[in-house]
Amino acid sequence: MNKALAVYRKELRQIARDRRTLLILIFVPAFFLLLYGYALNFDIRHVRLAVQDRDGSPESRSVVSAFINSGYFDFAAAVYDAREAERTLDINDARAVLVIPEGFGRDVRNGRVAPVQVIISGDNANTATAVLGYAGSILRTVNEELTPGGADFVPPLSVEPRIWYNPELRSTLFLVPGLIAYIAMITAVASTALSIVREKEIGTIEQIRMAPLDTFSFVVGKTIPYFIIALASAALIIAASMLLFGLPMRGNWISLLIALSLFLIGALATGLLISTIADTQQLAFQMALLISLLPTIMLSGFIFPINSMPRALQIITHLVPARYFLIALRGIVLKGTALRPLLPQLAALTVYAAAMLGLASLRLARERV
Amino acid sequence: MRNTQSIAIDVKHLTRRFAEFVAVNDVSFEVRTGEIFGFLGSNGAGKSTTIRMLCGLLRPSSGTAVVGGIDVAADPEGVKRRIGYMSQRFSLYELLTVDQNIRFFGGVYGLSTEQLETRRAFVIDMAGLRGREHSLARDLAGGWRQRLALGCAILHEPAILFLDEPTGGVDPLSRRQFWRLIDALASSGVTILVTTHYLDEAERCHRVTLIHAGRLAAIGTIPEVKRVFAERPIVEVRTARAIETMQALDAMPVVEKTSLFGTAVHAVLKTSGVQAASIADLLKARGIPFEGIERVEPSLEDVFLDVVERAEAQRSVAS
Repeated sequence: MNKALAVYRKELRQIARDRRTLLILIFVPAFFLLLYGYALNFDIRHVRLAVQDRDGSPESRSVVSAFINSGYFDFAAAVYDAREAERTLDINDARAVLVIPEGFGRDVRNGRVAPVQVIISGDNANTATAVLGYAGSILRTVNEELTPGGADFVPPLSVEPRIWYNPELRSTLFLVPGLIAYIAMITAVASTALSIVREKEIGTIEQIRMAPLDTFSFVVGKTIPYFIIALASAALIIAASMLLFGLPMRGNWISLLIALSLFLIGALATGLLISTIADTQQLAFQMALLISLLPTIMLSGFIFPINSMPRALQIITHLVPARYFLIALRGIVLKGTALRPLLPQLAALTVYAAAMLGLASLRLARERV
Repeated sequence: MRNTQSIAIDVKHLTRRFAEFVAVNDVSFEVRTGEIFGFLGSNGAGKSTTIRMLCGLLRPSSGTAVVGGIDVAADPEGVKRRIGYMSQRFSLYELLTVDQNIRFFGGVYGLSTEQLETRRAFVIDMAGLRGREHSLARDLAGGWRQRLALGCAILHEPAILFLDEPTGGVDPLSRRQFWRLIDALASSGVTILVTTHYLDEAERCHRVTLIHAGRLAAIGTIPEVKRVFAERPIVEVRTARAIETMQALDAMPVVEKTSLFGTAVHAVLKTSGVQAASIADLLKARGIPFEGIERVEPSLEDVFLDVVERAEAQRSVAS
């Protein structure tokens, strides 16, 4: 235990003196968060809308103003025929065209069916789906206002959707936990990997191998300082997410600390494992990026829902620790989930951390004899 | 010297293979307690592989090595506790101070607080680092770094010390100081096994061994290993036209072989009966100018080259 303490002290002192590395470990993650947090946004606002109002009645104008006032659409142009409408879509002056046919107002007043056409540019399927949804909900509202009998009319069947946890469906709230996982993973993996490989490059590792230092003391003494730093760095990006992106904290801080710690230990151990394979810092860094970056972005449910992946990929996602951490993190901060329902995820994170620590220790021990 | 006759390192038929390549081939030798034992050989001869096995870092493929009474294959960690090791790269932590480096290695070797205090003071004095305890290791000049590295390697008072090319890249004055420390350690009873490229340093060893292509090619005290030249005098010719001189000498029937030593040429003669003067006459007859010619004692470098050449010749006969 004293030996672990000696390694731990030495590592802390080295880090403290190596200001540049320390700043990189703590502040670069926060910088990443700002960059991705503002750039990654799937919310669709300010869709440019061209309007072809062939009716010009008070009713048709109220439909147009309902679109523009919704905040989702910006008035882009008034068009007067189908060719012009097509051209505005082609040159991307507008993403959608609202067409109100002649006689719309008369039909509404007479209580007849009055169709409205919305043409949506489908080149970006994501945007198109969102626009379709917005248009539908705006038209439903307008429909109620324009129906004879006004707002008092109650349709026999009506859906009143309620979206829990993120009522405005802000994609930021969904993405920021993923970003936290992604940034924490890279920082933690790279920190231990680089610290040991640096010792290989300088040659100090040779002296350590020659000393009667057991693998356990080495691993513990090496990991704890970086665990503290990774925790500090993660705390910083979580705080920034709350301040800048309005990430709520509906759950328990202790639960969050437990989930985060398990996740970080797994990531630090992954870094240790990389350090037993790579001999140069450059190679170690590339491996760290490859192992942490791709799976965490692609296969964790950060952006792409796991349920819609092909079966084979879904199976692979079980090996990605961020997958479990994300469920736990989103659960705790967005839904206020207690620890008990998250036990399977926490167990998976524990298994991952134990497996990585075991593998890394095994390889470190083998290097010694 | 205590226990002059006891054996600190006992190596028998030590062999290490890496796939098809035999890095160390059936090597046997003994190092006595308190002895400075030089381990010489060119790069890739098998020096480092042997040391790594003796330090418990690499498992022997076959054969045994008993270091400080412990079989390295059976208890590598036990060996590590009893030995000190310092390598050519002086593995110090650049970003730690002198004091912090000492404390780290003391901790790794499991020294108690009191032990550490005594040893720390000893090492600081030995390395001449008093007043510099709080300098960063990277700010120290080469000689000091080297002495600090030596100090860190002997914090736990090991009975056996391995030095793997300890003086690489250090100025001559520091090398001299370093060897004074090594001598002092040896007279206090520490057994020292040192590998070096510098053959003048090897002359300071009590006994040396030459390893070539994984095999021991010679072993003994310096006079003992030089005895290979007992019947073959060496004549040194100082000349500005070394290549011509070598060609002329090689053409003489009494000359076994020649080699270049700085600005001089060494010629090994086939029998002890030949005089330097007769070689001088032969050179003059051929019109080769030279500044001086005399019989010289074989240097370790002569021995080294001779041993390597003969080992190579044997190998080509064998294969």
